[in-house]
Amino acid sequence: MGTPLAFLPILLMMMGAVGVGLLLLGLNALIGRKVRTKRKLSPYESGMPLLDDSHKRISVKFFIVAMIFILFDVEAAFLYPWAVVFRQGGWPVFLEMLVFVFILLLGFAYLWKKGAFEWD
Amino acid sequence: MSPTLAVALEGAAKIAFVWGVVLGAVLPNLIWVERRMAGLIQDRPGPNRVGPFGLFQAIADILKMFMKEDVVPMYADRLLHTLAPLILLVPAMTTFAVIPFGSTIRLFGRDIPLVIADVNIGILYVFALTSVGIYGLVLAGWASNNKYALLGGLRSSAQVISYELAMGIAAISVFLAAGSLRLTKVVEYQASGTFLGFLPLWNCFPQALGCVIFVVSAFAETNRLPFDLPEAEAELVAGYHTEYSAFRFGMFFMAEYLNLIAASAMMATLYFGGWSLPLLHLTGLLGGLVSVAVFAAKTGFFIFLFVWVRWTLPRFRFDQLMNLGWKVFLPLSLLNLIWTGVLVLAKVI
Repeated sequence: MGTPLAFLPILLMMMGAVGVGLLLLGLNALIGRKVRTKRKLSPYESGMPLLDDSHKRISVKFFIVAMIFILFDVEAAFLYPWAVVFRQGGWPVFLEMLVFVFILLLGFAYLWKKGAFEWD
Repeated sequence: MSPTLAVALEGAAKIAFVWGVVLGAVLPNLIWVERRMAGLIQDRPGPNRVGPFGLFQAIADILKMFMKEDVVPMYADRLLHTLAPLILLVPAMTTFAVIPFGSTIRLFGRDIPLVIADVNIGILYVFALTSVGIYGLVLAGWASNNKYALLGGLRSSAQVISYELAMGIAAISVFLAAGSLRLTKVVEYQASGTFLGFLPLWNCFPQALGCVIFVVSAFAETNRLPFDLPEAEAELVAGYHTEYSAFRFGMFFMAEYLNLIAASAMMATLYFGGWSLPLLHLTGLLGGLVSVAVFAAKTGFFIFLFVWVRWTLPRFRFDQLMNLGWKVFLPLSLLNLIWTGVLVLAKVI
């Protein structure tokens, strides 16, 4: 089976899933009740009237986590092709990857020492 | 018949089968099982009024959700608010495409492999789709324009990406052993021999550490207890879906349960031999049907595990969760990778 052809069922499945999602939303819009009031449409804030804007500044921690994730995920992506050819490569391939993982762990130790994983 | 049309028809038939089973049978019954199990564990009856043993409770709930008002809060971003549950639901529904749910079955003179799309990137497709799902969570939190929703969305994205890393590296060991990213090849590899002479070659035995990391990370990925911090109701009301109602809320709910089913199927496929059973080598139509039953039983066990854990364990704190993901699971998953490499080179597996 050709490679692009193997993905055809996935395309069908995605279109079907979008269709199901839209159908559910459409049915809901059709038969759901519609009684709008100002109170109902105001954002939930523990029963208080809305105090201020909800898009505030957020902790930089989330940004750091996202950055570290991108870094490590790219490293992990390098490991995928390595894992697939591992059996043909043998010891030399294994030792090369040990060097790679060691460098990765150095960066990991640095982040740990800098406190990138602390949530206080 | 042109090959494209044949592939499309065969694919459509398999999609209809998988969705029929998952959406039509497993999903509604899972909601019932979860609530009845919760009742059992907490020493109360659980839902028992709608139909025999309360079996129609899920159908009643779904119908109710259609009848409810679809409220969009006035300061919300209307487009993103509508798009977020779709972005979450579509990947949850399409993850099943690459998971082999049986060996092959012979129908109408053709051998039909029981997997919707046997693509060469296999697991990468699953990880890619779970990553797309994160956008749904973040956008739901952002578009609602609500403090609780925003915090819930941020928390869940931080949590999911943290555990995806450990999960991804743990899964690499599986492909290292099988030598392919195709999930069908992974299952065939596990069915192909024995480990230490007496155990089946299921990855859960040589890679016990990786298996534990994968299973625990899957709990975090699906936002289930003990890792359901995005919707820790004592702090964040309902997390990212605080401002959702009617079937938009229902779609979040559906996506969560579909992810749970997909994660269970992935555990069975990657670590517990998928549709294979040791010492059982049936062929033909019977073999195909038995393989589907074996796969369903294994997946069912992990679904049961998800429900059992949810009603047994308390919730972690957010710093504990991030500590576990980064400081414990990430180094351990690398250790598991090296361990598996040594096993392969020593010709043990």
